[in-house]
Amino acid sequence: MQQHIVIIGNGISGITCARNIRKLSDHRITVISAETKHFFSRTALMYVYMGHMRFEDIKPYEDGFWEKNRIELMHQHVIGVDPIAKTVLLANSSRLTFDKLVIASGSVSARFDWPGQNLKGVQSLYSFQDLELMNENTKDIKQAVIVGGGLIGIEMAEMLHSRQIGVTMLVREKKFWDTVLPTQEASMIGDHIREYKIDLRQEEELLEINGDENGKVKSVTTKNGEEIACQFVGLTVGVKPNIAFLRESGIETDKGVLVNEFLQTNVQDVFAIGDCAQFKTLLKGRKAIEQVWYTGRMQAETLANTLCKQPVTYNPGNWFNSAKFFDIEYQTYGIVLNKALENEEVFYWKHNSNKRSLRIVFMNDTKVVTGFNVFGMRLRHEICDKWLNEKSTVDQVIANLQEAVFDPEFYKSYYKEIAHAYHSKLITT
Amino acid sequence: MDNTNPSLSISNPHPEHTDWMQKSGLVLVLSGLSVLFLAFIGIAKQAPLILFVLSFGMLLSGSVIYTIRTYLTVHEGVKNNHNFSRSLTSRGVLAWMLGILITLFYIIIYWYPQLLQNVISIMNPFSNLLRGRPADRWFLYGSLYTTAVLAMGFKALLKYRYSNYQRIRTSSVIFFQLAFSFLIPGLLQLFNQPEFYFSYFWPLKYDYLFPSTVHSLINHPGGMGVFMVFWGAAITFIATPILTYFFGKRWYCSWVCGCGGLANTAGDPFRQLSDKSIKAWKIERWSVYSVLVFIIITTILLWINSITNGSIFGELSQNFAKAYGFFIGAIFSGVIGVGFYPIMGTRVWCRFGCPMAAILGIQQKFFSRFRITTNGGQCISCGNCSTYCEMGIDVRSYAQKGQNIVRASCVGCGICATVCPRGVLKLENGSVQNRVSNQPILIGNNSVRLNEQL
Repeated sequence: MQQHIVIIGNGISGITCARNIRKLSDHRITVISAETKHFFSRTALMYVYMGHMRFEDIKPYEDGFWEKNRIELMHQHVIGVDPIAKTVLLANSSRLTFDKLVIASGSVSARFDWPGQNLKGVQSLYSFQDLELMNENTKDIKQAVIVGGGLIGIEMAEMLHSRQIGVTMLVREKKFWDTVLPTQEASMIGDHIREYKIDLRQEEELLEINGDENGKVKSVTTKNGEEIACQFVGLTVGVKPNIAFLRESGIETDKGVLVNEFLQTNVQDVFAIGDCAQFKTLLKGRKAIEQVWYTGRMQAETLANTLCKQPVTYNPGNWFNSAKFFDIEYQTYGIVLNKALENEEVFYWKHNSNKRSLRIVFMNDTKVVTGFNVFGMRLRHEICDKWLNEKSTVDQVIANLQEAVFDPEFYKSYYKEIAHAYHSKLITT
Repeated sequence: MDNTNPSLSISNPHPEHTDWMQKSGLVLVLSGLSVLFLAFIGIAKQAPLILFVLSFGMLLSGSVIYTIRTYLTVHEGVKNNHNFSRSLTSRGVLAWMLGILITLFYIIIYWYPQLLQNVISIMNPFSNLLRGRPADRWFLYGSLYTTAVLAMGFKALLKYRYSNYQRIRTSSVIFFQLAFSFLIPGLLQLFNQPEFYFSYFWPLKYDYLFPSTVHSLINHPGGMGVFMVFWGAAITFIATPILTYFFGKRWYCSWVCGCGGLANTAGDPFRQLSDKSIKAWKIERWSVYSVLVFIIITTILLWINSITNGSIFGELSQNFAKAYGFFIGAIFSGVIGVGFYPIMGTRVWCRFGCPMAAILGIQQKFFSRFRITTNGGQCISCGNCSTYCEMGIDVRSYAQKGQNIVRASCVGCGICATVCPRGVLKLENGSVQNRVSNQPILIGNNSVRLNEQL
């Protein structure tokens, strides 16, 4: 029987869900988004600002794709959900009835109630509207301050740098992103950031933002008491689930929308996926809220199956992720913590250019490999995944490292050098 | 806290700021062009050597100075900042002006060469030295073409210096243009041999298998002409399928071919302008195979005519050849192919017109070890690969499904893999089995197995 499936949010989670529902069924699908009419790659917003691409280039599907695949798009703001009447309330006061509801509303930027955070020229970066605002806010300015040293922070630094705007980064941690990266890698990326003349201030926090008589930002004051003049402040201290519109819906929430392993909320026909979903019971080795592109996609694929065929539990394979810090690419497979656990051992190799490194984490008793961190080189996902699944030992991995090399042709391969380093017992922890 | 700046040697991380050295480079380039213009209007006719040395010398040295200053002062890495905010590289006023200028140049050189008499004459000393004969319009054209490949090739080498694939490949196209398409044909003439381009083959160089060319080469005194006919036929019918089987069409299109060479050097700033729509792909398939059919029919007609001494078709086959030469040879590959670089992107001819690319493409699609592989589930659908594909392939549509890219039109330039920010793409030659796959390849999700079709 044909049902009406309404999806709130047209990011990677919502859209992947819609596409997979269409592949598996004939249900009516409506995707609602207040942000943009069409799906775009959020991770690519920075490239639009930097002039690498136009906005239309970061849309992965042609505009005609949606009609052709009978996916109805609604450019509207959802202000509430009534799960009993099975309706979604829109900002234009109209209501939309659903049989099944998928909440894929993503995130909003986190804020910490800093004095002056509402001044003109102070903003975060998450949405398309943020990008437009940033374009406006950074016209003809000289100096910017970025608060927070995560992935969005460094993207913002690269964006501002491309427009010759001086950047100071205030990072609370001892080293850049060392809540995730081990010290060596964090130092390497910190060095690279400074090569781009970004003034990276570690162990430094924002105290307040100061404005001029026109309500525009003119400087920030740090906790160490320093005042830094600037005309733009980027607040990049993370994101949190975008769930304010669910407050009175009766749908159970905590930080995010609470879901079980079927991605189902406390209400029978209401589901949540992606950045906004929070697992009630932790999956082994995973976080309660997964805020990356890939997990959003995988949760959506899983849920589409549940909605169209038989119920399937979310069962992600080995963790993986990637990023790029200015010119240094980063890939990770399996689990690499910033500090190795007691039963873990680490092999770490760094190229003397200070731009390439490989970290392999393995169990100290069985030598079974549990994670890879690679910088400045590319590893084959399929092979790393296979090694993790087959519980390969570090000796096996080192001996077969060339199988995993994914660098372009004619690139210098380092696997021999790495194997040599490994056998020279250059093992650190 | 370690607040030292380890890289004070990087003096200018802002490529958009044009400093005095970059400006001097640009002034030299413009001066070189101005000298050519002076020659064009007939000034200093009595000193052709001076005009020649001044113009080409300033063009080359100016661009080298500008390039070094622009790229060696910044870090290695993707250099695509502001491509879509600059007039010249985003179909702005400057782009249209440049496009019109190049188009005009092509129209003049094909149909009004007498206008270029003065410029051609400054090439005489160089032409006499290289070829032992005075310059003609094609020598002027070849010299400018080679200069563009040299100057902009040097730029490509520095711009992509972080990629060994790009360095080697760019060196290859520069070498083949300079040696095989310029110096060797010139030297052949110096030694009274037929002018012959060993790096161009039928059907791109369509007349190399026309009966008139074959007869005149075979009848040329000495064995060289016979060798040339043999060489051309052997590459077209034997080497091409073998090389394409092992390496894909890139062995030719982005490593050897002069058209590809110009596109990947002088045309590199415009590669993002190619049309990625499904509609453009449809047009491409119609037009490129139509041209292929056109040249095959023309060649067959000419041979039938030649064998039967014109008794069957009379003038028809000659008219076919003339029409092909005018519409395809001159207008399509020259005027549109290069003149429209700043508007339609760099590979308009290669994509929509070149019959050689069409044949290599069919082989690449069905009988080749070449493919672009994607890296598990790492794609973030950003679109850099598609945007910078000069052949207008929507690379992302494959990468985000985890599928291998096996497309007839891919010339294997490797830029998609070079600009990918997540290490997702890799050009590879490998086993023919499993080259095209519909299997779920997006690794990471154990909940469901998907066959990505939508």
